[in-house]
Amino acid sequence: MSEPAATHVRFQGVCKSYDGTTQIVQNLDLAVLEGEFLTLLGPSGSGKTTCLMLLAGFEQPGGGHIEISGRAVDDLPPRERNIGIVFQNYALFPNMTVGGNLAFPLEVRGLASDEAAERVRRALQLVRLEGFEDRRPAELSGGQQQRVAIARALVFEPRLVLMDEPLGALDRRLREEMQYEIRRIQRELAVTVVYVTHDQTEAMAMSDRVAVFNRGRIEQIAPPEALYEEPEREFVAGFIGENNLLRGRVSAITGDLCTVDFRGLAVQAFAVAGRSVGEEVILAIRPERVALTPKPGEYTNEFDAKVEDLVFLGDHLRVRLNLGGYESFVAKIPNIVGHGAVLKGDSVRIGWTPTDCRALPADDADAGMAA
Amino acid sequence: MTERVASDGASPPRRARAARWRAAGLTLPLLAFVGITFIAPLGAMLTRSVYDPTVADALPRTMALLAEWDGEGLPEDGAFAAAAQELVSARAARSVGQLASRVNRIEGGTRSVITRSARRLATRDAPARDTAGWRAALIEADPAWAEPFIWRAIRRAGERVTPQHYLQALDLDRDVGGAVVARPEEQRIYLKLFARTLAVSLGVTLLCLALGYPLAYLIAQAPAHRARWLLLLVLVPFWTSLLVRTTSWIVLLQSQGVLNEALVQLGVIADNKRLAMIYNMTGSFVAMTHVLLPFMVLPLYSVMRGVPPSHMRAATSLGATFPQAFRRVYWPQTLPGVGAGSLLVFILAVGYYITPALVGGRTGQLISNFIAYHMQQSLNWGLAAALGGILLVGVGALYFVYDRLVGIERMRLG
Ligand SMILES: Nc1ncnc2c1ncn2[C@@H]1O[C@H](COP(=O)(O)OP(=O)(O)OP(=O)(O)O)[C@@H](O)[C@H]1O
Ligand SMILES: [Mg+2]
Repeated sequence: MSEPAATHVRFQGVCKSYDGTTQIVQNLDLAVLEGEFLTLLGPSGSGKTTCLMLLAGFEQPGGGHIEISGRAVDDLPPRERNIGIVFQNYALFPNMTVGGNLAFPLEVRGLASDEAAERVRRALQLVRLEGFEDRRPAELSGGQQQRVAIARALVFEPRLVLMDEPLGALDRRLREEMQYEIRRIQRELAVTVVYVTHDQTEAMAMSDRVAVFNRGRIEQIAPPEALYEEPEREFVAGFIGENNLLRGRVSAITGDLCTVDFRGLAVQAFAVAGRSVGEEVILAIRPERVALTPKPGEYTNEFDAKVEDLVFLGDHLRVRLNLGGYESFVAKIPNIVGHGAVLKGDSVRIGWTPTDCRALPADDADAGMAA
Repeated sequence: MTERVASDGASPPRRARAARWRAAGLTLPLLAFVGITFIAPLGAMLTRSVYDPTVADALPRTMALLAEWDGEGLPEDGAFAAAAQELVSARAARSVGQLASRVNRIEGGTRSVITRSARRLATRDAPARDTAGWRAALIEADPAWAEPFIWRAIRRAGERVTPQHYLQALDLDRDVGGAVVARPEEQRIYLKLFARTLAVSLGVTLLCLALGYPLAYLIAQAPAHRARWLLLLVLVPFWTSLLVRTTSWIVLLQSQGVLNEALVQLGVIADNKRLAMIYNMTGSFVAMTHVLLPFMVLPLYSVMRGVPPSHMRAATSLGATFPQAFRRVYWPQTLPGVGAGSLLVFILAVGYYITPALVGGRTGQLISNFIAYHMQQSLNWGLAAALGGILLVGVGALYFVYDRLVGIERMRLG
């Protein structure tokens, strides 16, 4: 694990359109490392499944190339790509037993039946379903079916496994358990996994890296923490966790920091690479990084605000503030001893550090729209 | 909950029962309809296949006396007297024709004996009113009465409950002693006919499956808008009269028809060697397959649409070739549709009447054509009913076997 991992999968300028007019995947570049757990995260219809299907070979790219282990696979039919796939609805064969499902990929590869039986047994052991060989898929719970689907995708020992929202149909508790299981199995076998979900908690919990998809493009690809702490695009800031997104204009840049004019307030912010003076930017501030009634001088950014609304949520207080006429500024105040009691209508002072406030390029900046 | 129940004044089970009765009440018109138009005629038909009181009612005393007769030689004089008197009254009641037909079916050639005797006995002056006088009069009316065979025929025809029709429908008969024997070779018709009907139905079913499966697959795989059009094409035949569809095959297949003309024009066949494709078995086969195809396609399509496309993809991703994936994953999942379609087509084919009647010629006739013949021409309703009864039992058995093998609840008709 110490030496830099080789690239397992590479998308180079891949385009895909089903009808010839709407581009579902646009000029996509993506590299997945050997043994990596990469998650494609994005809203419904953003092209995640399409990417998997392109990689699996069920769809042909309209442009660009896909490489697996350095080899272009454009002409390789799906059955020769040797990729394990876990489908969203499991796609277990109802006419076969669990054992039959697992033995299927081995049989079509012409494996001797005793060796196949042994491998099936081991695969079931891996997903902790020993002794379920003779059950029918219909006789299994959702979680068990999920395990069988995973075992089937692994039993022929592929190096690359694709999973399309495998946990979508499970309830919350089971989902968390399976997240852990999938991660354990992936580490144990050191296989490369490309995983699709639109649940960001799931993506955060499982992935080495997360690629955030939006309208057929990757907005940002980064490890989970970096994605949360250092979003580089407005979409990512809005999609991952909660952010106050304020539209302003850069008035000065000093090193990593810049000053942004937001409704007459001068906000100090961290300038994401490539900002220029006069540019319209989006300020992203996490609600939990906003302090209420700080000691004077504690933060560079300190402003007067008015409490519009507040909701008590047990472990924290959710406060909606009016900041310079913007009425939807949200702060989350942890419910710890001594937090300042505020009431609706109060005038308060709020503050945050410049590094908790990122100046991002506005998504519509290219279109030249003004605020 | 408890409060609501209390205010209603009825306990939940009672209310539930009342609701069930109300629901059942809604189906009453349907039940009445089914009862009157289906169950009752079916019952009547099945009854008729084993129950025939014509002769027993017309000749009650004769039958009573014949019951004591040993079947060898001639019956006692009393039977002659009873038969003669009852024939006269049957003639007066205009039932002698039916009676004669019924006896004639047991023993050919007896119809004229009976009708002639009845006429002669009725039109001549009453003879001496003793039994010997009646006997002489009867033999004088027709000498056949001096032979045992006609008495045996009457005695058999007089059985109210008779296996006769079923025996005949199975090419069997009873000999003088009453033992069941096969009919002579030249009288055997129905077993061959049943076999032919089964063979044709099986052939049509297989042909429908062979044509319908790829078609249903195509429709199930097509994108929604194209699938709609294809399905419409499958259904179009339902909008045209069966008669039109069948006769259009005549236009196509007859010896001066489109196909033969084309073949002759192209020089594939000689003018004097035109293919006989209609008014024979081929005609029945082709036209029936065409008419019944939708009944195969629709259940198949419905089942295929229920097979998730991801299954074939999964099989392919697991390394299977298309044939492997098809055989191991797709085909087994469509079996309920195959079963339903085949059962439907087979059952419809077994009872098919109009198409073979129109394009079957002499050699393409099936069992239902003979049932119709006995209903309409020979008026042997008992035999028609027995043939129908056998068909019914056969289809019922098939259904039972299917239920056992596949489970009828897995059948999906569309
Ligand atoms: N086979 C297809 N034919 C035509 N359009 C398709 C096809 N598959 C997907 N699309 C379209 O492509 C777009 C992206 O679909 P895709 O399934 O890749 O999204 P996704 O990110 O997986 O969404 P979800 O989270 O809902 O599964 C959608 O607008 C969808 O309508
Ligand atoms: Mg999807």
